[in-house]
Amino acid sequence: MLEWVLPAILTIITASTPLVFAAVGEVLVEKSGVLNLGIEGMMVVGAIAAFAVGVTFESATLAIISGAVAGAFLAFIFGLLTLNLLANQVATGLALTIFGLGLSSLIGHSYVGKTFPGLPKLEITLLTDIPFLGPIIFGQDILVYLSILSVFGVSWFLYRTRWGLIVRAIGENHDAAYSIGYSVKFVRMIVILIGGALAGLGGSYLSLAYTPFWVENMTAGRGWIALALVVFASWKPGRALLGAYLFGGITIIQMHAQGFDVQIPAQVMSSLPYLATIFVLVLISRDSSRTLLNAPACLGKNFQPSS
Amino acid sequence: MKIRFEPRQSESRTVVFLSPLVAVLFTGLFSMLIFAILGVDPITAVYTFFIGPVTSIAGWAELFVKATPLVLIGIGLSFGFRSNIWNIGAEGQLTIGALTGGGLALLFYNVDSVFLLPAMIIAGIFGGAIWAAIPAFLRVRFNTNEILTSLMLVYVAQLILSYLIQGPMRAPDGYNFPESRLFHDAALLPTLISETRLHAGWIAALFFAVIAWILWSRHIIGFQVKVAGDAPLAARFSGVREKNVTWLVLLISGGAAGLAGMIEVSGPIGQIVPIISPGYGFTAIIVAFLGRLHPIGIIFSGMLMALTYLGGDAAQIEMKLPNAVTGVFQGMLLFFLLATDFFVRYRIRFGALRETPDKESSKKGVVG
Repeated sequence: MLEWVLPAILTIITASTPLVFAAVGEVLVEKSGVLNLGIEGMMVVGAIAAFAVGVTFESATLAIISGAVAGAFLAFIFGLLTLNLLANQVATGLALTIFGLGLSSLIGHSYVGKTFPGLPKLEITLLTDIPFLGPIIFGQDILVYLSILSVFGVSWFLYRTRWGLIVRAIGENHDAAYSIGYSVKFVRMIVILIGGALAGLGGSYLSLAYTPFWVENMTAGRGWIALALVVFASWKPGRALLGAYLFGGITIIQMHAQGFDVQIPAQVMSSLPYLATIFVLVLISRDSSRTLLNAPACLGKNFQPSS
Repeated sequence: MKIRFEPRQSESRTVVFLSPLVAVLFTGLFSMLIFAILGVDPITAVYTFFIGPVTSIAGWAELFVKATPLVLIGIGLSFGFRSNIWNIGAEGQLTIGALTGGGLALLFYNVDSVFLLPAMIIAGIFGGAIWAAIPAFLRVRFNTNEILTSLMLVYVAQLILSYLIQGPMRAPDGYNFPESRLFHDAALLPTLISETRLHAGWIAALFFAVIAWILWSRHIIGFQVKVAGDAPLAARFSGVREKNVTWLVLLISGGAAGLAGMIEVSGPIGQIVPIISPGYGFTAIIVAFLGRLHPIGIIFSGMLMALTYLGGDAAQIEMKLPNAVTGVFQGMLLFFLLATDFFVRYRIRFGALRETPDKESSKKGVVG
């Protein structure tokens, strides 16, 4: 029994980490009232940036930083368009995804077939050797720890700091926040950049650790699943973590079932994560008063001062 | 000198029509920059990409072939975007339409009847509409976000295609290649110009544009869709049922995408293959916006986007550039369009503040 539980849990962690980054980043962004549908684009550009730098300079640290910067760069375009030029947030997010997928395959064209050695795993003598729990808790790579840290970081920031309060206030009522003197544009831009960096990190994990090579469109809808996770989590960082691991679990079950030679077409199993997303969304949004209560009141609305 | 942005009294009609042209111009300039970065001569590259493909009749025919699905889907989507319903799963609806329409051709493989093609058209429209009916039902019944559900169904549709093409639909004598049998002549769309691939689907796209134009300008349905999008409250008070509009726009856009899918397999492809569309369903989103959500505009923007596909292929063959350049151009174009649309509602003013806003700011000073 134990001999397959441990690898299963380890692979669930790998499958969930990109979702954790992306979903938590989006929770932060949406809390400020901004709906950025471009996660998929930011993730995939983060993935290729991290991979390209990682392969070229053979440095995991540089690779991770580039992934985050690339995600933030795409987010910056989004911020510029929606905050300064008041472009429709849904349309801009879609443009970000289309642009990101194109840009990443353009850059990735010359990196097809190359491999990255993967991220080094933490190893502490004695602790990592503890049977079962050791490798799970003390044997991960830096991005896994960083993803968990980002959940606690965002949660602490939103609910325990003054600036977190301001972000939430802007998300609930940007006119009121503006009239008492907060710069809505500035705060939202910062939050959008952080969200982009987190999505970029999620993408980096895909190309550096999940699969150590570059595949075109390798995010395969994870950015969109992350968006659904935000709704599922009722805009709470802790629940986003839970949701991400739930989905990571579904992905892994699906892969293992294919391995066990179950008499179901592989395509049925592969469609599980997408069908599960729809199912979860239906369950959550069925109760419309709950969604209204939890969703930031200004979500998706552009801010124009003095109107 | 200071530059300020001042809200306009009303939206500028001129800028509405001008901004796509400015966006195209900027995309052109930036694409030259990208070509320079990629280490190719920008002038040659722009020529190969944007002009080379349309220097022959065959090239124009190919342009219309690629524009057909884009125009069909773009017009369908414009219904949704006008009413604030975001169907971004047209790619999936296209796939299902190709499977239902093309499936009929395989099912009646030995039947040589003039009724086969019309039946395939109906099946294609029906298939796409059913796939769009899922997000519509979930939206109306459970208030589920249609953006996410329609997109998730794209992946599911592609997996269904993958299953069918490796199993039930695979050609029995095809050496295990994941491809269906070639359709018989009765199941193929007639070509318009011999020696080219231009087929009757383009006529269908133009026909759909006319119908859409009539709906928008002369019919109550177009009016209701517009009101539901621009002023949801007013729509509710005047008796427009939000749920009906949701159903209507999703079924129209799904049906159009399904028809586009059927046209692809029955026109240029001629069989069912593992990859039916190079992302037409997503590109059509840009087509709809670039065409200002207007049927006539969408015909032109569809042709322009078709050109980016042809250009991408030409650049790959003649200049060894990855054809992913197409996606970058398309994304950039939408960025520039969204940016220039700012000036539909705002105008640029140079110099210090004028009188009227001045008074207001001094008033504020007194109060504060």
